[in-house]
Amino acid sequence: MRHIISLLMENEAGALSRVAGLFSARGYNIESLTVAPTEDSSLSRMTIVTSGSDEIIEQIIKQLNKLIDVVKVLDLNDGKHIERELMLVKVKASHQYREEMKRISDIFRGRIIDVSDNTFTIEITGSSTKLDAYLDSLDKSAIVETVRTGASGIGRGDRILKI
Amino acid sequence: MSAKKFTGAEIVIHSLHKENTEFVFGYPGGAVLNIYDAIFQLKKFKHVLVRHEQAAVHAADAYSRSTGKVGVALVTSGPGATNAVTGIATAHMDSIPMVIISGQVPTHAIGQDAFQECDTVGITRPCVKHNFLVKKIEDIAPTIKKAFHIARSGRPGPVVVDIPKDITAEESVFEYPSEIELRSYHPVEKGHQGQITKALELLISSKKPMVYTGGGVVLGDASEELTKLIKKLGFPVTSTLMGLGGFPANEKQFLGMLGMHGTYEANMAMQDCDVLIAIGSRFDDRVIGNPDHFLSKPRKIIHIDIDPASISKRVKIDVPIVGNVKSVLEDMNEIYSTLEKNHDKKIQSDWMKTIDEWKAKKSLSYKNSDEVIKPQYVVEELHKVTNGEAFITSDVGQHQMWAAQYYPFNKPRRWLNSGGLGTMGVGLPYAMGAQLAHPEAQVACITGEASIQMCIQELSTCKQFHLPVKIINLNNRYMGMVRQWQEFFYGNRYAESYMDALPDFVKLAESYGHIGLQIEKPSEVTDALKEAFSKKNKERLVFLDFLTDQTENVYPMVPNGKGLSQMILSEDL
Repeated sequence: MRHIISLLMENEAGALSRVAGLFSARGYNIESLTVAPTEDSSLSRMTIVTSGSDEIIEQIIKQLNKLIDVVKVLDLNDGKHIERELMLVKVKASHQYREEMKRISDIFRGRIIDVSDNTFTIEITGSSTKLDAYLDSLDKSAIVETVRTGASGIGRGDRILKI
Repeated sequence: MSAKKFTGAEIVIHSLHKENTEFVFGYPGGAVLNIYDAIFQLKKFKHVLVRHEQAAVHAADAYSRSTGKVGVALVTSGPGATNAVTGIATAHMDSIPMVIISGQVPTHAIGQDAFQECDTVGITRPCVKHNFLVKKIEDIAPTIKKAFHIARSGRPGPVVVDIPKDITAEESVFEYPSEIELRSYHPVEKGHQGQITKALELLISSKKPMVYTGGGVVLGDASEELTKLIKKLGFPVTSTLMGLGGFPANEKQFLGMLGMHGTYEANMAMQDCDVLIAIGSRFDDRVIGNPDHFLSKPRKIIHIDIDPASISKRVKIDVPIVGNVKSVLEDMNEIYSTLEKNHDKKIQSDWMKTIDEWKAKKSLSYKNSDEVIKPQYVVEELHKVTNGEAFITSDVGQHQMWAAQYYPFNKPRRWLNSGGLGTMGVGLPYAMGAQLAHPEAQVACITGEASIQMCIQELSTCKQFHLPVKIINLNNRYMGMVRQWQEFFYGNRYAESYMDALPDFVKLAESYGHIGLQIEKPSEVTDALKEAFSKKNKERLVFLDFLTDQTENVYPMVPNGKGLSQMILSEDL
């Protein structure tokens, strides 16, 4: 099953590679991984999307907790949570396709953030499945380039990951 | 007046001194010259100069294994650090508390592919508990403090501190922190009382209880508490290779080692029990054999371990207890005294009878010979000659298994070998570390002619530091364990397992200034051992080269992928 794991870790050189190294050394999946400093500049927050059986997810959480640089770990799937990912897509938008591209982008609440004679660049956020759905709705040959941030997640309401 | 200034190198030495470091095992080089100069001038501890950095780390590791204190090694940048990696990985797999200080190129040269530069922190990351690159002189003392704290607390392990050369020359004030707080690191000490009670209730109501102990008992100095509890419970006990000595082998309840080369009774009892308590052990592949086969028999499993990640990693655990083994066993002893009245030992008497029947198979018996020296016989005689009191180190292979099977240990920290990583070459440096830590003790390295050659250069270190270790070379002219697998599983095709062009070990030992003896006949074994351990040779290293049976195999054996009860016994052949 797909899990979104959030963690707080020391904002130090090498902390990211400890986490990435753990996943590769133990053969765990990483679907996506995002990391950036938090409002407390000594901490970084990482979101890892992974998949595995309950036993494997339990091991992943334990192994992450074992890393000295990792301060706190939360499996967002243990409760209600929100997931968002940002994607930038450059699509072919030559004259006859311009309207259709705009329409599809509107349906997915995308925003056109750059326009050239032949292309649109569209910014779109949502759950990873929504971004997949948007890409699926496009003619493959119309997609020039895509870049995705990977999912970020946060617990709903009182579910808070903080030290 | 301004506070006294120290160089970074002096701060390193004073910090190690504050941690009560007695020995530093190391090898100098460009990036650590400042540190070596400070060692020379300050004389705060004894530096043991090895002949290869791998041996420095192994010797420091053995110092730790045999004393429980943190071992310290010092190596230079680049090749110094890469040579140390095998030693670090060995210590990591067996959870040995160590601090390894490595020199690094100056901070301005990092990343420039400088001479003797390597990314030590990157290379060692997967095989350390933690590592640090120190970037400012002010960070040296607190980082060393953290390193020792991390190394020895929780599940212990090696910690690397990489220090660039330029900051060892800079000057700063020195203040060694008395306390260190790591917000992300709080190892659990005390076990959950409810779980402990639950575990005991399960154990005393079981018909077929079994105790399986590992290296955690030794590392956690919990032998006394374990022995007390198990004697009260009256249950059978087995130990992993790493756990030997954690429970006295001369106690009737001890069934010997379990696992791939465990005794028949230990493996059968593991497989057949209805409640199993694992104490400081981790169900690894050499211990439980095929996990599916192991789990095909329903039983309740209790697991005490300091590392939560060890629990339910390979085998699903019914009653997990996370905590320091010593503290949990203390609590168990206490809680058992309140439950003892409910413990009707009669319900376990059939089980004890079954175990006695398994024991009667005498799975460790072997056929001795008047013609050719049996390696098992050498180990048994060594046990007699040393009264079972020696520190025994081994390398890796058949001789290691024979040492584990035929030299019973009644005390912890007497048996030093590479259980997890299985590193050939550890035996001699382990003997050095143990001998330095216990100068009056008898130290023997049980090895083979293949393993001993992997760190043979340390004979020179032994000469320099007057280390009278006794080397028991079980020389069968084969990489014995490889040969055994090739015989069993590869149709007798002995690919590259024959040791051709062996040196004359007697002359080799003599050329390093030691005593060498070759023993060819079984009748000479005991006298040779007595000679080696005689008063006359108390100060001398003696290399005993026993020419042993070339085709002897280690039994019992659970073939790879088979279940614990599917052993090959010597009598089957």
